[in-house]
Amino acid sequence: MVYQFDFSFIWDQWPRLLQGLWLTLAMSALSTGLGFLLGTGLAIVNSYGRGPVRTAARVYIEVVRNTPLLVQVFLLYFGLSSIGVRIPVFATAVIALSFNIAAYSAEIIRAGIESIAAGQIEAAECLGMSRAQVIFHIVLQPALERVYPALTSQYVLLMLASSITSQISAEELTGAGNLVQSETFRSFEVYGIVAVCYISLSIVVRFALSGFGWLAFPRRRRLGTNL
Amino acid sequence: MPTFGLNQFVFLLQGAVWTIILSILALGIGAVAAFIVALCRISANPVIKYVSSVYVLVIQGTPLMVLMLICYFGFNLYGIDVPALVGATIAMTLYVSAFLGEVWRGCLESIPRTQWEASDCLGHSRVQRMRYVVLPQAIKISIPPTVTFMVQIVKNTSLASIIGFVELTQAGKLVNNSTFQPFICFVIVAAIYFAICYPLSIWGKILERKYNVGHR
Repeated sequence: MVYQFDFSFIWDQWPRLLQGLWLTLAMSALSTGLGFLLGTGLAIVNSYGRGPVRTAARVYIEVVRNTPLLVQVFLLYFGLSSIGVRIPVFATAVIALSFNIAAYSAEIIRAGIESIAAGQIEAAECLGMSRAQVIFHIVLQPALERVYPALTSQYVLLMLASSITSQISAEELTGAGNLVQSETFRSFEVYGIVAVCYISLSIVVRFALSGFGWLAFPRRRRLGTNL
Repeated sequence: MPTFGLNQFVFLLQGAVWTIILSILALGIGAVAAFIVALCRISANPVIKYVSSVYVLVIQGTPLMVLMLICYFGFNLYGIDVPALVGATIAMTLYVSAFLGEVWRGCLESIPRTQWEASDCLGHSRVQRMRYVVLPQAIKISIPPTVTFMVQIVKNTSLASIIGFVELTQAGKLVNNSTFQPFICFVIVAAIYFAICYPLSIWGKILERKYNVGHR
């Protein structure tokens, strides 16, 4: 049997896919921002906190990193609705993705914090800097500079993983693809187009993030190397 | 309406068994493909190198979820009705080959240039160079990241639920549909995943520490 490829549906359906693509970008950008802030906080608590607070951060990071995102999304979505909390799907998706990426970011940033030489911190203390100043200027900034490439890869993976939220009927790129598929029955063509969109997106996002890194880390830009 | 009880728990455990089976299949078949990808990526032939880098770019740039859908529906084009397990295994194999292939390429490239050259000087063929000089060193380096990657494989098998394969996540969805107790149901699903993945994570960390002795 020879299968006839038929891409003609694209003339009617492209606004829907474009809308989905836009939603994927918005969702990933929001969760990346929120997750980065939360992850930085977690990494600081994990490195400098003590007692139960530190243990709580550690447990949170390990639990999130060792369970599938899909299950986390289901837990949040069905769990919230079963206790009567009604929030839009988009918000649920952003919350789930942020909480997820926060744990991964925290683990990457922790590696950066650990790589800061003790002599740097001692020098800063000798200069009379406060603890907060030391953490922010001496530890966190160079640490972020060092791990930024790793964070970038993780955020591209998050953008791809946001496809999982189609399972709670978020109409992002994959969700839009599902809708188009269910109307046209052209599953292979639809998901092929969706895949091409994701590949292009991942290239664009990677470029955008390294451009952002170029702007955000002037020292690296001038020296052309990490500290 | 049934509530969450022993029967439901046993059903989830049966799902967990399928999760493990799918993970082992993905790792076993994927590892072979990943090794080929890693070799192609460091090939001296520019065409093979270029084609394999495009392959990696495409697979790494596509969400596993979309890969699952394409693999599953792709067979229907030819009127072949494949079981969900086959579709899921193929998608997982593609995924593993691209990601693990890149990890292994890094391991191969981390073997110092001089080792390759020394092997050439001894008159080894390319196969002998791989077999006796590079691989014994590269395999040692590759073990910790491979164990860590196994966690990713186990977690990502959850995506096989979207093509209707009844592994742990799908089992959780089915139990939730009949009991309407999402919290307890998905917390237990998450706990079972954690029980599979966490020991692997710990093992990966121990191996990392063990093989890193020389660099400390």
